[in-house]
Amino acid sequence: MALDKPYLDVPGTTIFDAEQSRKGYHLNQFCMSLMKAENRARFKAGERAYLDEWPMTEDQKQAVLARDLNRCIELGGNIYFLAKIGATDGKSFQQMAGSMTGMTEAQYRDMMIGGGRPIEGNRYIGEKK
Amino acid sequence: MARITASVYTSHVPAIGAAIDMGKTAEPYWQPLFKGYEPAKAWMKAHRPDVIFLVYNDHATAFSLDIIPTFAIGCAAEFKPADEGWGPRPVPVVKGHPELAAHVAQSVIQDDFDLTIVNKMDVDHGLTVPLNLMCGSPSTWPCPVIPFAVNVVQYPVPSGRRCYQLGRAIRKAVASYDEPLNVHVWGTGGMSHQLQGPRAGLINREFDNAFLDQLIADPEALSRKPHIDYVREAGSEGIELVMWLIARGAMNDTPPRVVHRFYHVPASNTAVGNLILENV
Repeated sequence: MALDKPYLDVPGTTIFDAEQSRKGYHLNQFCMSLMKAENRARFKAGERAYLDEWPMTEDQKQAVLARDLNRCIELGGNIYFLAKIGATDGKSFQQMAGSMTGMTEAQYRDMMIGGGRPIEGNRYIGEKK
Repeated sequence: MARITASVYTSHVPAIGAAIDMGKTAEPYWQPLFKGYEPAKAWMKAHRPDVIFLVYNDHATAFSLDIIPTFAIGCAAEFKPADEGWGPRPVPVVKGHPELAAHVAQSVIQDDFDLTIVNKMDVDHGLTVPLNLMCGSPSTWPCPVIPFAVNVVQYPVPSGRRCYQLGRAIRKAVASYDEPLNVHVWGTGGMSHQLQGPRAGLINREFDNAFLDQLIADPEALSRKPHIDYVREAGSEGIELVMWLIARGAMNDTPPRVVHRFYHVPASNTAVGNLILENV
């Protein structure tokens, strides 16, 4: 019997559940390795070679190289782990979050100062805005 | 006997820690937030507890995907501020209270909550930012702290109901500790926020304020709120709010005194809430 996953109809949202976690284990553990300064230096010196030390899928490696966080999440990444890549790149959490929305950094920051993304129209996939 | 005198609820946004560490608290962006915590800091000075039981979540810092405990109690003598990728925060080492922590672990596990016992752990912004917000930036923290980490990163996280009942078990455990300690229980995280995907930046003031109202007046009913309501209404990371129900569950059954309530948007990507409740 299928598991109950009532969160699949929330727009623009991927819930990091046990299945995503299974898919993303090596991707997320690679991110975790960037908490050590020497690993950050080695990654920066040769990203592809560093990624090849991890049993990640080619898609996952490409998503990391492109810094495509939405794709990383689709492939099992979790934002708290992916944030280690951002830290390595010198990005703030707001810059990382904004990069997934299709907005510019300034637009996203202004939206937050203006009270954030409204809930109206953002509860269900296909809901009228 | 030890007793729980108050509970504190606060968000634990990492950017708040960065603002403190880089001396930006007086900047126009941050000033309203820190001003809003001034009454809480004054209250904290006047009501210093002997121990803080601090419910928070680890953000892929002490726990990677190798081991994911749902509830973990820190029983060590001290906990170092973690390097989360930007270098460790320049804040004091957190002193634990191993005796009370071991007592709570034994009591709560016998009450059917299968805690993971942690004797070695670094603590991240989830724990240190609330301490800064409530205590400022002293050279040592005002009292020992028992870190209590809840998994809210990998879904499913524990239900609000489970968290509320765990709070009850913690209350019972503290009440059976012989030393006459004054204990605070803090619930941290939230409020509405989403850090991922095209819906990142979601904020829901109505949800947050209704949550605060109900947390004060009817936590029993609030504890029955299903996960999906948090995810849909408060954002994928808004689910952290279930941790507030642990602290609320640890309070007496009689209505508490509301000492302070504050709400502010935004801190980086997040709606910030702060509430202090005293047992009457």
